[in-house]
Amino acid sequence: MRARVRVRARGAAALLAAVLLASCGGGGTGDGDGTVTLDYYSLAWQKESIAANKALVARWNKTHRSVKVRYVQGSWDTVHDQLLTSFEGGEAPDVIHDDASDLTDFAYGGYLADLRGLLPERLRSDIPARTWDSVTMNGGRVYGVPFLQEPRVLIANSRLLARSGVRVPTAQHPWTWDEFERAARRMTVRGGKRYGVVWAMKEPVKQSVNLSLSTGGRIFTKERTDDGVKNRLRFEGRDSAVSELIRRQVNQDRTAPRSGLGMGGSDTLPGLFAGRYAMVPLNFSFRQQVQQQAPDGFEWTVLPMPRGAGQGQYVQGVVPQTLSVSRDSPHQRAAARFIAYMTEPAHMAELAKGDWILPTGRTALKDPAINREKDGWRVGVAMARTLRKSPALGVRGYAEWSDKVATPAFQRFYQNDVSSSGLSRSLTRDGQLILDRYQR
Amino acid sequence: MKPLGRAGQYLALLCYLVFLAFPLVWLLSTSLKSPQELGSIDPTWLPRHPSLDNFREAFATQPLARSALNSLIVAGSATLIAVTIAVPAAYALVRYRSRVGKAATGWILVSQMFPFVLVIIPLFLLLKNAHLVDSRAGLVVVYVVWNLPFSLWMLQGYVRAVPRSLEEAAAVDGAGRLRTLRSVVLPLLAPGLVATVMFSFVTAWNEFFFALVLLKTPEKQTMSVILTRFLGAEGAADLGPLAAASVLATLPSLLFFALLQRRLAGGMLAGAVKG
Repeated sequence: MRARVRVRARGAAALLAAVLLASCGGGGTGDGDGTVTLDYYSLAWQKESIAANKALVARWNKTHRSVKVRYVQGSWDTVHDQLLTSFEGGEAPDVIHDDASDLTDFAYGGYLADLRGLLPERLRSDIPARTWDSVTMNGGRVYGVPFLQEPRVLIANSRLLARSGVRVPTAQHPWTWDEFERAARRMTVRGGKRYGVVWAMKEPVKQSVNLSLSTGGRIFTKERTDDGVKNRLRFEGRDSAVSELIRRQVNQDRTAPRSGLGMGGSDTLPGLFAGRYAMVPLNFSFRQQVQQQAPDGFEWTVLPMPRGAGQGQYVQGVVPQTLSVSRDSPHQRAAARFIAYMTEPAHMAELAKGDWILPTGRTALKDPAINREKDGWRVGVAMARTLRKSPALGVRGYAEWSDKVATPAFQRFYQNDVSSSGLSRSLTRDGQLILDRYQR
Repeated sequence: MKPLGRAGQYLALLCYLVFLAFPLVWLLSTSLKSPQELGSIDPTWLPRHPSLDNFREAFATQPLARSALNSLIVAGSATLIAVTIAVPAAYALVRYRSRVGKAATGWILVSQMFPFVLVIIPLFLLLKNAHLVDSRAGLVVVYVVWNLPFSLWMLQGYVRAVPRSLEEAAAVDGAGRLRTLRSVVLPLLAPGLVATVMFSFVTAWNEFFFALVLLKTPEKQTMSVILTRFLGAEGAADLGPLAAASVLATLPSLLFFALLQRRLAGGMLAGAVKG
């Protein structure tokens, strides 16, 4: 009896092993019938955005017999590692969704196709030249289609804003930074009971660099040398004006809490809902979380970010989301056709709506689903003309500079642990050593 | 022991249990909260209005069931193969002392020192040449190779604890090496085997980076990779569904442990007391 049980147990184990191993077999799509199959690597993550992407892919597959698209889901958290490995291994997806800051290293590394000559005129003329700038590098080559972008906005508690009596800014007449400072003071209740604003500075570099444009700064400049154009770092006067203001609000005026410096965007929302913070500078897409999480009766509004006082000082830097084609893809033309389809005005608007961000195309911006009052969409649309390529785009070594030098330096600066000149020294002197390594 | 001392012991034990259970309880509580409750500035231990909406949404937006099955297949296969190889290998390394044995032990130690990022691109190229990229079989091979050194290391200790005299007695009774291994050593190794199986399974179940890089086809991706899809750019997260999916991802490891822990404890205690 016992022997029989043992035999059965062994048989079951062998069967289990056989089943497990058999089910491990690789799959893969064959193109034996002449059909081309493209892998579309998408970073959509919100429910509506995933649904919009999948619906568009399904529609494409229904109407295109010879080119099929397979939807491959990626994640913002891991996109760089995953793409780098698949590029190195020659297994990269054909169509790649990413953001323009990630493109620089991939473009210079020779992993992405130059899309000049592959895209239709309709698409090229619909997206403003200033937006194409963000994906144009390496001698004028175009490495992606910038199709979505999001400005930084102020999300404000409507009641506290009205009660403060300050002028309510509009996209046409935003606050100057001085007005913003005064408004934050008016909305602050001393003793830590309420702060006029909270700066979520867990990742301080992107916003510090992008907002420097609003006071006429750049931080990254170009210098023409005998050895070609070189990237240089500068952090003085207009480059540092917004950073100085943030530090002032946190450490002197106390109109912004120190605790915010360690927060991510989502962390600030409970305080906004509880009336602890009157305003929060956040990316445009955070409106979705606000709309979803706000308690009943909470009234909020979207305001444009403040601007500098000088002429033309009203822009901010953005890093658009992009669609690119892998250089190793044997079907570059088909991949470019699929990108053109995804960025048709109606489709671009659908994708933007799903992600709660702005389309880059002029026609898509006029779509009624985007151009509406509700949830602050129209403020974003009006801000679209003020958006410019982030100064960091196209700078080789930016990622390393950001991780190793700028992040700790800005954090220490906002914590008041280092002076303005100390920050400037770190960013420019130590940072330049890194940039120089990439442009030898 | 004095009653006060005993009470102190229980109190310390309770504090330790709370410390261990806190992340899990918080995760479970978060998974049952509404978006409004998650956005509240005064977080509560227990959800005010518990709801399964986050679980529904997690299942609706991501293929959780399929990815859990993939994880089960990959982790189960890798564990089975790793342990099947590790048992005779550990026995041989302990019982047949030689230069090869020393070199093998050194290799085990050295192999544990390589960080993932260092090996991932060469590994990817190797697997690509073997047509094992984007295949669960390829991932199983990687997990077996990755888990084998530590499994061997663990089992060696258990093999060493089996008295050699028992094997000699079996040999006197006419049992060969294989028979001795099967009928004498293996039963005594049960607790070690259970511990190794648990280690191997949980490591493979939770592993993220290799799965992320090696599996491209959505239908083959494992649970740990699917979890990252609830994260957006710049720290944005779909917190409720993420917590719900994380609870589901934790369950198999907990169940597996619950099923095997009696065996583990029983095996450890066997023979500890005479009579």
